[in-house]
Amino acid sequence: MGEMINTINVDYTYSHEENQKVELVLNNVNLKVDKGEFITILGHNGSGKSTLAKHFNALLLPAGGTVFIKHMDTSDENYRWDIRQTVGMVFQNPDNQIVATIVEEDVAFGPENLGILPSEIRERVDYALKVVGMYEYRKHAPHLLSGGQKQRIAIAGVIAMKPECIVLDEPTAMLDPIGRREVLDTIKKLNKEEGITVILITHYMDEAVESDRIVVMEKGNIVMDGSPKEVFSKVEKLKEVGLDVPQVTELAYELRAAGVNVRQDILTVDECVDELARLINNAEL
Amino acid sequence: MIKDITLGQYFPGESVIHRLDPRIKIILTLLYITALFMIKNFTGYIIFAAFTFEMIYISTVPVKYVFKGLKPLVFIIIFTAFINIFMTGGRPLFSIGPLLATYEGLNMAILMTLRLLFLIIGTSLLTFTTSPISLTDGIEKLLNPFRRIGVPAHELAMMMTIALRFIPTLLEETDKIMKAQMARGADFESGNLLKRAKGLVPLLVPLFISAFRRADDLAIAMESRCYRGGDQRTRMKQLKLHNRDYIAIGLVIGLMIILFLVRGLKY
Repeated sequence: MGEMINTINVDYTYSHEENQKVELVLNNVNLKVDKGEFITILGHNGSGKSTLAKHFNALLLPAGGTVFIKHMDTSDENYRWDIRQTVGMVFQNPDNQIVATIVEEDVAFGPENLGILPSEIRERVDYALKVVGMYEYRKHAPHLLSGGQKQRIAIAGVIAMKPECIVLDEPTAMLDPIGRREVLDTIKKLNKEEGITVILITHYMDEAVESDRIVVMEKGNIVMDGSPKEVFSKVEKLKEVGLDVPQVTELAYELRAAGVNVRQDILTVDECVDELARLINNAEL
Repeated sequence: MIKDITLGQYFPGESVIHRLDPRIKIILTLLYITALFMIKNFTGYIIFAAFTFEMIYISTVPVKYVFKGLKPLVFIIIFTAFINIFMTGGRPLFSIGPLLATYEGLNMAILMTLRLLFLIIGTSLLTFTTSPISLTDGIEKLLNPFRRIGVPAHELAMMMTIALRFIPTLLEETDKIMKAQMARGADFESGNLLKRAKGLVPLLVPLFISAFRRADDLAIAMESRCYRGGDQRTRMKQLKLHNRDYIAIGLVIGLMIILFLVRGLKY
């Protein structure tokens, strides 16, 4: 597998104008992401996760250290547009990232900026809208769609630029449960079927469970990095940095604390049901 | 309540006029206005009126709808007519106090009133039959040749698009803030003008803050989608001229020629 993103000793500082205090938002971050991975970045508000995400497509440049996207240095201006085409970004508020007044025109916005031929843009727009399942809404006005639908349009707008990696910065934070499900299913489909590297930033634990790898950030540092099973089995450490674990994992943790011998790495409801059924069966035997 | 405000005065339809290329429609409207100013006599106006009403008929926009658009301008039209009747020198017709109306003045007033009426009807037919988006596209394409002398054609079009895109969003937000403030006892409806204007402060401040935040978000989102101004940008939708566009050009030029020929007639 090739390397998609590589950050080496990245620092980022933010200075307050009023009291001239310099705040270190990112502190010596080292993160490697391979092509085709689906990783989740978890962290509390102010842990630096959004700041890190903005480094992935040169919206922000590191104050110290280097960020490489497919071996292209983000601080080199010659690569800027290649990098932004390689790494697409989807933001939190769907209303604030839709530019045009018609769905298909908005999806066309990115490819139009790349200077692609009109016929090719047409193909890409149709393809992108079909991938996110919004093709039949292509003539609609975006403000009449639901939050989940708008967010899928935003994702289609990124896909139409044929990126190799998509960074989603809390894409479900403003959506209802149905909208969240729609967006999450779309993200998973992109990763599994289209082979796009996905970096999902969220604070919903149940979304993190569905990824291949979880990175936990705290005060500008990466404090945990591993598979969902590895990360969520360290319940105490997660609580220390102010994060929760999925409800079933919490249940298993409490059961263990109470002396019941359940597995530590339970993440989904199904796993939990199986494990409890096994225990009950064993007890009856 | 506030959401019911319809934007512009586009009247959706499928008529030939609706389907004309927006660039052609804008140019033809300009020619139509030029033709209007060539008219010197009543024969010209009769031909012109026949042409205009034929266009309204083809466009399927209800005549009532067109005339409604005249309402806000009634005062200006009457005022113009009044000035013309009394301020033109010539043979006396009647007088009110020191004001003397003349035959020439009456003649002039009628011609001016007709000119204003057709000016408004003609231009509103453009906005009735062209959606704001295609109007924007048309303006951008027409201004493009002037980019070399510094006309920011793309930027203007982009601003119009974004404005159109955010009007419903901001209206919705206004509605939300209004309700939130009303729930906390704000009063937007009673009191004199000054009091009402003051009452708008708690509405406008949050609205502006949110609009700036949205603008910031949008700028970042556009930048991350490789937006870098109008150079090297292509468009998915290409405007193409059809036979109907050429026929429309022919018709308007024909109208201009006829109007030019009848200029010499006395009435």
